[in-house]
Amino acid sequence: MPAYTLRIRRYSPESGEAAYWEEFGIELGPHRSVLDGILQAKDREDGSIGIRCSCRAAICGSCGVRINGRPGLACHMHLEEAEATSRDGKITVEPMGNMPVLKDLITDMEAVHWKKIRRVTPWLLPDGPPPEREYIVPKEAMVDVTQSMACIQCGACVSDCLSMEVDPEFIGPAALAKAYRFVGDPRDAQRFERLDDLSQDPHGIYDCTHCFNCIEACPKGVAPMSQIMRLRRIAGADFDISDRNNGHRHEQAFVTLVRQGGLLNEAELLPRSYGGDSWLGKFHPKAGAELLSSLPVIMKAVMRRKVTPGGALIAHKITGHKNLRRIFDTIEGRDERYELNLYIVQPDDAAPEKAGHAGGDAQGTAASTPPERSPNA
Amino acid sequence: MSLKVAYWPGCVSRGFTPELHGSMAQVAPLLDIELVELDRASCCGAGVLAEHNQELADTLNARTFALAQQVEGAEMMMNICSTCQGAQSECQQRLDANAEYREAVNTTLEPEGLHYEKGITNKHFLWLMVEEIGLDEIAKKVTKPLNGLRVGPFYGCYIVRPTDRVGIDDEHPRDTYLDQLIEALGGTVVDYAGAHKCCGFPIITMNKEVSLKQAARHLGDAIDADADCLVTPCPLCHLNLDLQQPLAERYGGRDLGLPVLHLPQMVGLALGLDPKQLGLNKHVVKPTSVIDWSTSVVAGVE
Repeated sequence: MPAYTLRIRRYSPESGEAAYWEEFGIELGPHRSVLDGILQAKDREDGSIGIRCSCRAAICGSCGVRINGRPGLACHMHLEEAEATSRDGKITVEPMGNMPVLKDLITDMEAVHWKKIRRVTPWLLPDGPPPEREYIVPKEAMVDVTQSMACIQCGACVSDCLSMEVDPEFIGPAALAKAYRFVGDPRDAQRFERLDDLSQDPHGIYDCTHCFNCIEACPKGVAPMSQIMRLRRIAGADFDISDRNNGHRHEQAFVTLVRQGGLLNEAELLPRSYGGDSWLGKFHPKAGAELLSSLPVIMKAVMRRKVTPGGALIAHKITGHKNLRRIFDTIEGRDERYELNLYIVQPDDAAPEKAGHAGGDAQGTAASTPPERSPNA
Repeated sequence: MSLKVAYWPGCVSRGFTPELHGSMAQVAPLLDIELVELDRASCCGAGVLAEHNQELADTLNARTFALAQQVEGAEMMMNICSTCQGAQSECQQRLDANAEYREAVNTTLEPEGLHYEKGITNKHFLWLMVEEIGLDEIAKKVTKPLNGLRVGPFYGCYIVRPTDRVGIDDEHPRDTYLDQLIEALGGTVVDYAGAHKCCGFPIITMNKEVSLKQAARHLGDAIDADADCLVTPCPLCHLNLDLQQPLAERYGGRDLGLPVLHLPQMVGLALGLDPKQLGLNKHVVKPTSVIDWSTSVVAGVE
């Protein structure tokens, strides 16, 4: 009686046959990995099962697959845990999504992942002649990029990116996290050029829907979405890049409206995102064009009394909204943004000693469990 | 005994989805929930304020938490918007993690006489129903069970991810609560691909095509799985799935016409409330497959 059952998705494009599921009984202990299970099936039952793997220790990033519908490394999940999260007691293993399948569990990483990584110029672009010895930067300046440096290029985040599911051209979580690795690096001399490129690209940083799937998928706690948000923050706030995708305008209009009234007013927010962040924004031709294209929807909403013209045009404000202006002015008036990065700073109750601020032992903290990491990783 | 909560309705439930705020007010007394509205609280930032300036988002939400903590006799804070729930959870995680940071944020709140104490309990209406009231209790109150109604749960992103931040574990399988609730109300859960996917709304002004293709895809998947309607705990999802559905049809390249209910509307129907009272007449996609308007009885009830 085998201890576990693996249900593996089999597919060979050149065979001309459709993909199918095949089950294999596995005789291994509960604390052996799903990868060990696949390798046993390959060894004992069918040598033609396609799986890419190397280190078996969650370092090389080769064995990215979907286990019970969720992306991760086959070597990084115990059989016991995989069985517990399965629907019917059988562990389902299939290739990662958003990529073509070459054979069984092997996906074409080149076609999607590596192409996109190259798209973001994944190397340092320093200014002037290199220094005689090494570049010297303050330790604190590099701490912030350690999170994106933890990426092992397994493709798990790419597999489950929901924007990429409908827009294959989206640069995607892995490549954008890689972009932050250089935008956040004080030695890089082309931060503006990088950010301008990624903001203006319709499939760039403003194509991310903020769905958290990449944060959930990553076995290394890279939190690609958080890196994308950092790219947006620096592009907008530090470089004032006004992109053609309305990304920065939308953010500015959002901030202004909450500052003024405490609530976001959709009827103002939408035209301003297209036409510019002021009351006049809605009279901009771009806002007009958007209004026109949305007319069928607007008409229906008004007809059903979902939206009333009065309700839409008169800004609603919360009681005591003036307090908010003070808060906005205080925080936005700071010389430097105050950010708490929980990848670097350990929570008070988790730290062995009282946690210090950014600039602590990055090596040590990065190796512990970061809060944004998936528990099933 | 009634459950008193500090209630944050959010912006969209009082803007483009007024039927959500309205239906919550109708349903609360039937479930013995006393709502104390936080009328001084502000927008949660929906991730956009945090994208602009993290400390700003954290401070505004700490302010909301502080206001909730001032409500006398309230057992917890409650949201009806998943995006509020998720954005606030993100800020709370940072605020609760580090005393020094929390102190800095509280210093900004001080002139208003507000102070956030670590560890507020803040739950979405969905979580509150399952964890505080209990599905058995809710099932007892059902007067018009959703017999024969095939409902697709649409969780959206903010209350299911990241799992550790939103408190999903073996004891709190919050990513299944909508399924459990549909069954407790007598309905049938439709299994389809989009239940935990993104509606696409956050990029509606940045990339409309990609945004609405996502909405169209999930609506289409639910229709193909024979759903009569979807139900969502998030008004922003509702905007893309219902308000924008006519445009989503265009980008998705197929006819859709699938009604989408707000969470309190579905509960209200099963508890016997009138569909019009619940604002179901305000939807862009008429919920005719859900309601027999002549008798105000949920479809499928003999």
